[in-house]
Amino acid sequence: MSEAHNVATSARSRANRTVAFVCLAFFAGMIGVAYAAVPLYQIFCQVTGYGGTTQRVEQYSDTVLDQTIKVRFDGNVNGLPWDFAPVEREVELKIGETTQVSYTATNDFDVPTRGRATFNVAPALAGAYFNKVECFCFTDTELKPGETLDMPVVFFIDPAIVDVPEMKNVHTITLSYTFFPLEDEKPLAESAAGNNTNSNNSNLGG
Amino acid sequence: MAGAAAQDHHHDHKPRGWTRWVYSTNHKDIGTLYLIFAICAGIVGGSLSVMMRWELAEPGIQIFHGLAAMVYGVEGDAALDAGKHMFNVFTTAHGLIMIFFMVMPALIGGFANWMVPIMIGAPDMAFPRMNNISFWLLPPAFFLALLSVFMPSAPGAWGIGGGWTIYPPMSSLTGQPGPAMDLAILSLHIAGASSILGAINFITTIFNMRAPGMTLHKMPLFAWSVLITAFLLLLSLPVLAGAITMLLTDRNFGTTFFDPAGGGDPILFQHLFWFFGHPEVYILILPGFGIVSHIVSTFSKKPVFGYLGMAYAMVAIGVVGFVVWAHHMYTTGLSIDTQRYFVFATMVIAVPTGVKIFSWIATMWGGSISMRTPMLWAIGFIFLFTVGGVTGVQLANAGLDRSFHDTYYVVAHFHYVLSLGAVFAIFAGWYYWFPKMTGYMYSPLIARTHFWVTFIGVNLIFFPQHFLGLAGMPRRYIDYPDAFAGWNMVSSYGSYISAVGVLIFLYGVFEAFSKKRVAGANPWGEGATTLEWQLPSPPPFHQWEQLPKIK
Repeated sequence: MSEAHNVATSARSRANRTVAFVCLAFFAGMIGVAYAAVPLYQIFCQVTGYGGTTQRVEQYSDTVLDQTIKVRFDGNVNGLPWDFAPVEREVELKIGETTQVSYTATNDFDVPTRGRATFNVAPALAGAYFNKVECFCFTDTELKPGETLDMPVVFFIDPAIVDVPEMKNVHTITLSYTFFPLEDEKPLAESAAGNNTNSNNSNLGG
Repeated sequence: MAGAAAQDHHHDHKPRGWTRWVYSTNHKDIGTLYLIFAICAGIVGGSLSVMMRWELAEPGIQIFHGLAAMVYGVEGDAALDAGKHMFNVFTTAHGLIMIFFMVMPALIGGFANWMVPIMIGAPDMAFPRMNNISFWLLPPAFFLALLSVFMPSAPGAWGIGGGWTIYPPMSSLTGQPGPAMDLAILSLHIAGASSILGAINFITTIFNMRAPGMTLHKMPLFAWSVLITAFLLLLSLPVLAGAITMLLTDRNFGTTFFDPAGGGDPILFQHLFWFFGHPEVYILILPGFGIVSHIVSTFSKKPVFGYLGMAYAMVAIGVVGFVVWAHHMYTTGLSIDTQRYFVFATMVIAVPTGVKIFSWIATMWGGSISMRTPMLWAIGFIFLFTVGGVTGVQLANAGLDRSFHDTYYVVAHFHYVLSLGAVFAIFAGWYYWFPKMTGYMYSPLIARTHFWVTFIGVNLIFFPQHFLGLAGMPRRYIDYPDAFAGWNMVSSYGSYISAVGVLIFLYGVFEAFSKKRVAGANPWGEGATTLEWQLPSPPPFHQWEQLPKIK
């Protein structure tokens, strides 16, 4: 094998390694992008109300329309021995009007249990117009045996909802909360598995 | 790796015995291994589908309760339940095997490994030892996938039964807590690693190893198609890897990426999956496009019509393929504007695809066409792929898809483009390059019988499924109302006929090797212009020691 041939071979193998390295870096970058999709998706949902993600606001609405809309409430538990339900099943309110409703939860079990609620609204597209001023979402809640907790939700429907063609025929919005047990509650999860386990599927519809 | 390449250069004799295959760094030997692997996996995946069609031949449950009793040792009602799940396990395994262990190894691992280095005038792949790893990762991946069929999943059930898309919550602890799903995820990881290594190898080979004068714009279309496929793999597979890793940690380490209990969202998995899944279907079909271009040009004795248009149509398909993923998710509650965008983007793909179809027809137009077996398969491909493309344009419409989602109409659509499209392209490539790879000529009579039996068989399977889907028959059920009985029976007979086709194919391979009809360097005549036909058949163990000059 000649000297020139050797030089050419090693130059080529260096070039090959460069391309392979770029490809590998690209691969690693794409893995990173896949994981970055998780927070990005969350931000995307919060900003656009995608999948029935409700909006958090600090200020009440300054316009109140004459038109009314019906809001229904749903509460269920997944694997927690709690009695969890809205106080009122539905309210009819003016669009833009701030309203307070509440949910109650009672621990039916003989030991303290901890849970955390997730929520969304149906139809999913209404999420962008459902503004919550105060709520009990994603806060860890502990109930002693027999204890009852009153949990308020303060919200209003964004008046912009009347301008959206997709919302034209939506006259009812349902807000649904699901309580899940916190990590260390595994055995209870099994004991109460039959209780309302399927109703959280409304959350999955996206 | 450079050292290995230099060492190989010194001894030109083939290694003997099993080391030649297990330790192989020769792209042709590895390509052969891939092809053998794909044939074996295809037989397994095909048998699963014949069992499914056998089950669906009549309303009611025919075989799966018995099969479940036999395989899992359960009795009575438990066998019935396990059998129902087992049907879905067969559906899932059929999909995964055909995609990851049959079509991809055959087209990318098999034909591309064999032909791309020869076509671009390279002595071997850029990283011969990485090529070896790419192949040898596949059998363990396949083994894990098969093993998962026998592992517990949901209570009272074995194997994963959520479809190849493995959507949570069916694939998370809620749906199938047993180890079957973990094994399947691991299998996908390994198969994915194999494909990624292969993709890096092809990109490097095609960028760096072309013979002097072989510019990208002179490169044969098959090499183009493999280059684009490799890029699609590099972009999309990491996203699948990420998604299934999240699924794995959700299942085993308490993360909640897809679990609403911790603030996750199962729909996110669908977005990640289809960001991989949609390019994946182009990964399956693009090398087929390349093969068909060569065959149509060879047997029309004309250069391919609109070479640059053909190459860039594939680039366009690859690029647009990344921005249409949510058309698999019209029923997940996308806003109207989002749906409008995905409908539009999806339909745009019909344009470069149309460019390719019309260019193939224009290549044949006025050509001196000889209807030899590869050409028969290639024309069959063009016809059937177009049928599948037409139903694809229909399904692109969100409004229509709302009612067709998860019906047999969708099953018919993707089998027309993949089972009849990609598989016909594989057989076209097989008969086109069989004389080159083995040095022996197949029997044209057997090959033609294989074509016609398969053509009639697969059309009998899948054409009636359009009617079933339009009538509202949903996918992934073991049973159906009596009203669907007629076309299901026809579809099942089609499946038996196609199975006979596979046997004819295998006999054809056996016959060719036993008769040893010498094919010669170029059995196809003046139309075959790419570099592989300048080498003897089979090509020497090390080719292009004198690099070819491309004018």
